[in-house]
Amino acid sequence: MTVKDIFDHMTYGPAPESDEYAVQWLERHQRRFDHFIGGKFVKPVAGKVFETVNPAEVTVLAEVAYGDAKDVDKAVKAARKAQPAWAGLSGHARARYLYALARQVQKHARLLAVLESLDNGKPIRETRDIDIPLVARHFYHHAGWAQLLETEFPGYEPVGVVGQIIPWNFPLLMLAWKIAPALAAGCTVVLKPAKFTPLTALAFAEIAQEVGLPPGVLNIVTGDGATGELIVRHQGIDKLAFTGSTGVGRHIRELSAGSGKKLSLELGGKSPFIVFEDADLDSAVEGVVDAIWFNQGQVCCAGSRLLVQEGVAERMTDKLRARMETLRVGAPLDKAVDIGAIIAPFQLEKIERLVAQGQQEGAQCYQPSWGVPEQGYFYPPTLFTDVSPASTIAQEEIFGPVIVSMTFRTPAEAIELANNTRYGLAASVWTESVNLALDVAPQLKAGVVWVNSTNLFDAASGFGGYRESGYGREGGKEGLYEYLIPAWERSLAAYGVDEFAAPAGSSGLSDDTSGLPSIDRTPKMYVGGKQARPDSGYSYPVVSADGRRLGEVGLGNRKDIRNAVEAARKAGGWSKATGHNRAQVLYYLAENLAARAPEFEQRLQAMTGATRKKAVLEVATSIERLFYYAAYADKYDGDVHHTPVRNVTLAMPEPWGVMAICCPDETPLLAFISLVIPAITMGNRVVVTPSPRHPLAATDLYQVFDTSDVPGGVINIVTGERDELAKTLAEHDDIAAMWFVGSAQGSELVEKASVGNLKATWVNHGKKRNWFDASQGQGTEYLRRATQIKNIWVPYGE
Amino acid sequence: MSVTEKPTVGQQEVQQLRNGGVPFEPGWFEDARVNLSAVERRSATLTTRRTVKKAWQAAWLLKAVTLIDLTTLAGDDTPGRVRRLCAKARQPVREDLLEAVDMVQAGLTTASVCVYHEMVPAAVSALQGSGIPVAAVSAGFPAGLNPYPQRLAEIRASVEAGAEEIDIVISRRHVLTGDWQALYDEIRAFRQACGEAHLKTILATGELGTLRNVYKASMVAMMAGADFIKTSTGKESVNATLPVSLVMVRAIRDYAERTGCQVGFKPAGGLRSAKDALAWLILMKEELGRAWLEPELLRFGASSLLGDIERQLEHFVTGRYSASFRHPLA
Repeated sequence: MTVKDIFDHMTYGPAPESDEYAVQWLERHQRRFDHFIGGKFVKPVAGKVFETVNPAEVTVLAEVAYGDAKDVDKAVKAARKAQPAWAGLSGHARARYLYALARQVQKHARLLAVLESLDNGKPIRETRDIDIPLVARHFYHHAGWAQLLETEFPGYEPVGVVGQIIPWNFPLLMLAWKIAPALAAGCTVVLKPAKFTPLTALAFAEIAQEVGLPPGVLNIVTGDGATGELIVRHQGIDKLAFTGSTGVGRHIRELSAGSGKKLSLELGGKSPFIVFEDADLDSAVEGVVDAIWFNQGQVCCAGSRLLVQEGVAERMTDKLRARMETLRVGAPLDKAVDIGAIIAPFQLEKIERLVAQGQQEGAQCYQPSWGVPEQGYFYPPTLFTDVSPASTIAQEEIFGPVIVSMTFRTPAEAIELANNTRYGLAASVWTESVNLALDVAPQLKAGVVWVNSTNLFDAASGFGGYRESGYGREGGKEGLYEYLIPAWERSLAAYGVDEFAAPAGSSGLSDDTSGLPSIDRTPKMYVGGKQARPDSGYSYPVVSADGRRLGEVGLGNRKDIRNAVEAARKAGGWSKATGHNRAQVLYYLAENLAARAPEFEQRLQAMTGATRKKAVLEVATSIERLFYYAAYADKYDGDVHHTPVRNVTLAMPEPWGVMAICCPDETPLLAFISLVIPAITMGNRVVVTPSPRHPLAATDLYQVFDTSDVPGGVINIVTGERDELAKTLAEHDDIAAMWFVGSAQGSELVEKASVGNLKATWVNHGKKRNWFDASQGQGTEYLRRATQIKNIWVPYGE
Repeated sequence: MSVTEKPTVGQQEVQQLRNGGVPFEPGWFEDARVNLSAVERRSATLTTRRTVKKAWQAAWLLKAVTLIDLTTLAGDDTPGRVRRLCAKARQPVREDLLEAVDMVQAGLTTASVCVYHEMVPAAVSALQGSGIPVAAVSAGFPAGLNPYPQRLAEIRASVEAGAEEIDIVISRRHVLTGDWQALYDEIRAFRQACGEAHLKTILATGELGTLRNVYKASMVAMMAGADFIKTSTGKESVNATLPVSLVMVRAIRDYAERTGCQVGFKPAGGLRSAKDALAWLILMKEELGRAWLEPELLRFGASSLLGDIERQLEHFVTGRYSASFRHPLA
C-alpha cells in the first residue's frame, strides 16, 4: 500500500509488537521447561512432557514437564520443609521478598506481556496495560500485608502449605492473586498453572530465583487436570485455592471433603450488566465492550447478560451493533487489536455449539459484517437479542465473546432477572442516579458490583463470588484470611471416641415431687416462630445423665428441614433490619434468658449432669455472649478500600441469607447460643439442629424467643439425629452457608454434600471447642464466617 | 495473519451539505447523561487500543496537515507575519519529503489560515488563488463579552473582508445559567450574520464546568446551525482534551442520527504534537467513522502542531530523528 492509498482510505495498518525477546527467552531454554521445585528447575521424574501452543498461529511454543505423583510429592515436601522458616521470618523480611518480586516483575514487564500474549492469545494491549501492571501491583500491595501481618491479624497463623491451581485466562495475574497473599501470610506454595498457559509461571519462577526467594517457598509443577488432582489429594497440603470452572470446583470440594484442608474457590459466572434508562448510554456501550470483549470474553466475571430497561433497549442495542462494527479481531501481538484468539479448539467448539443452540432456541444473533482470520482460533463478537431467561444461552456460561440481551421494566424486575442465576460473581449497574445505584448494588447476589464501570480489579479490593461462583476472596484484607487460621482452631483436641454415641436408653419418666403424674410437655419443632409437630410423627426420649427420662422431642426428618428452610427464606426482613434493631432484639433475649436463669440451670443439671456451679456458669456465659454479639451488631463494619482510581470501593459484609447450623452435645445451651447468635447478629436466618442428646436447652428457648421479639423464621429449630439432618441441610440448595460442630465423619459428610450449590461450610473436623473460653467460643472469626464481603466500586466525578 | 477491517468510506463520499440548523428543541439535550469516569476511561484507552505505524503513520500525519487551521492569534501579529504563515499554509511540508513518499501530486495545503479580523485582508491577499480559505475569529473573541451589536457587526465585517469561515465564541454565561434559548438565539443570529461563510462555534469547554454542559452546548450550537463545533479559543486554562472532545463528538453523532446532517469538529488549543494529531484522528475514526477525517468535517486549531508533524515525517523518510530548524518557519 502506498502512502497515497492510505492517505485516501485512512485504514489502520499492521502495528506488531516484536516477539524477539520472548523468542530469545524460549530459545535460551531450548523451548523445554522443567518443574520449579525447591528453588531449582527439576526434570519430571518420569520424563514426560507436553506441548504448549500459540493459539493465534497454531504453532508449538515449547515442551513443558508433565507433573505426576512423584513430582507433586517432591514439590509438597519442598514446600513443607521451607514453611517453618518462611513463617518464622519477620513480616518485614517477607515484605522485602514480595517487594523485590514486584520490582522484578516491572523490570521484566514487556517480556512477560509478550510471552503471555503468545501463550494465551490475548491482545498485547491487555497484557501490557492490564495483566502485568496488576501483577506488579498485587505484589506491592501484599508486601505491605506481610509487613503488617502481626499487627493487623493478631491471633492468626499461616495455614501452612498451600496447593494452588490456576486457569488459563489470566495466567500470570491469577498466579499473582494466589501467590502474593500466601507468601505474605507465611505460607509456602505448590502451584500448578493451566496446561494451556504454563510459560509466564515458569518465567516467574526465574524471577523468584533472581530475587533469591528461599528454596521451597514457591514450587511450580506443570501438568494437566490429573496433576491438579494429585495436588488436591495430597495429604501434605493444608489449604487449596482454585480458580476455574464450577464443575472442577465441585470436584475439588468433593475430593477434599473431610481432609481438613481449607478451601477457596473462584469459579464461573454469568454476570449481569444492567443498564437503566438514565444511564450514559454511549458510556454503557463502551462498558459492554470492556465487559464481554475483554480477553475474548474468557473472563469469569464477564458481563455476559445485558439487561436493559425497555424504554432505551432499542437505542442501546443499535448503538452496540454500530460499536461492534469497529472492533478489531486479529493477531494478538498487533497493538491495534481488540480481540485476540480463543485459547484452544475445545473452547472454540463450545462457543460455536452454544451460539448454534441460541439460534435454534429462537434468539436473534448479530455479528459484525467483517470476518475473522481463518488461521488460528478466532471468534467474532456476538450479540443475542430476543433472549428469554429460559434460554440456554441466558443461563449457561459461554466463556467467549458472546453477550445475550434482555429487557426489564422496573428496578425490581432488573434485580430479579439479575439474580435469576446459579452464579454470583459480579455485576455492573449503569445509572446516573446515586439513589438507584446504591439501592440496587446491595440487592444483587454478586461478590463484586461495579457502578458505571466494569471489570475493574485491584489488589486492595477483594474479588470472589456468591452462590456457585465459589467462596473466599482474593485481594484486600478479606483475601488474607484465606491463608490464615485462628491460632485457637489449630490448638483444639479431638472429641473422645464415644462422645457422639447414640443416647442411652431410659428408665422411666422423671420423678415429680408432688406425687401426681407430671403434665406431659413435649417440645415440638420451632419453625417460622411457631411450634410444629414433627412430620415423621415420631419422637425420641431425652435422657438425663443418670439415665432418667426427662421427656421426648420430635424426631425431625427432611420434610421438617424443608419447612424450616422455607420459613427462614420468608424471614428476609431480618437481613434488612438495622444493626441497632438486631442489637435490641439480642439484648431483649439476654434480658429474658436472665429472668429464667434458674429454670435453665436446673435443666442443664438434669440433662447433662453438670454441677450446679457449672450450670450457673453456662447460663451466665450465654447471657454475656448475647451481650457480646449485641454489642457487635452495629459495629462489625465494612471497609472503604484504597483502590487506585477515582472512586470509593465499599467492602460490605453481607449476611449469607439462610444458614444451617448443627450444634454439638456438650454445654448444649452455651454452644447453641455461641453458634446461632453470631449468625443472626449479622442478619442471617438460621435452621438449627440443637444437641441431639440434650435438645431441651434449645427447645426451652422457644418461649424466650417468642417473648423477645425475635421475628418468626429467624431461628428455626429441628430436633433429631445430627448427621442425618446435617446431610439434608448440606444438600439443600436454598441454604447458602453451613456450620457444623460434631464428629469428623459428620464434618466430611457435610463438606461432601455441600457440592450441590457449593455452599460455604465451616466444620470442626471432629475437634472440640471449649465454649466457656472466650478465645474459642466467641469472636470476630464467627462474624467473619457469618458474612461474605461484597465489593461495590463507585466511581465518581462531575 | 492480517487484521480484519471494515471497508472504509472513500473520500469522495463525504457529504458537503451545510447544516441548516433546526428549531430549538430542548428535548434533544435536556436529559443528556454524561458519566465523567466512563468518558475518561474511553478516552484513555482510545490511543492504547489503536495506533498507526510506519507508512500508515506517515499517511495519517499528512492527512493531519490538511486538517490544520494554521493559526496566529497574538497581539503582535503583523501583515508580514501573516504573509509568512500563509506561505507555510500553501506549502506546509518540504518538497523533498513529499517526493520521498510520492505525495507531491496531492497538492497538500493546510485547511485554512485563521487570524483576527484585522489580519483578514493580509491573509486573503496572501492566499489568493490557493483555494485556501481564511478563517477569522470573531464575536468578541476570546471572552465574547463585547456589546452584542458589535459582535454581529464584527462577523459581517470579516465576511466582507473575505473571510470564508468565522470562528465565533459563545456567551458562556448562557450555558452556566442554563439559558439555552438565549444561547440558541445568539448562535442563530451569528449564523445569519455569516451568510455564506461557514460558522465554527467555539464552546470554550474549559469554562463550562461539566461535561453535561459541554454536551448540551454542543447540541444547542448544532441546532442553531453551526457548521463546526470547536472546543476552545486556546486562551482558556484548559483547552482541547480527549474527554471533552469525546462528548462533543458523541453529540455530533446524535445530531446526525436525528437530522442526517453531518457537523464538523474542531479541537483547538493543546494540540502540539504529531501524537496528539493521531489521537484525535483515532477518536474521529472510531466514534464517527471515515467521513470525519476530511477538512470538511475535521479541523485542528493549532500553531505549533505542524512543526512536530514535519519532524516526524522526516524521521519516517530518513530514519533519523529530525530537528525543527530543518523545516521552514511558519
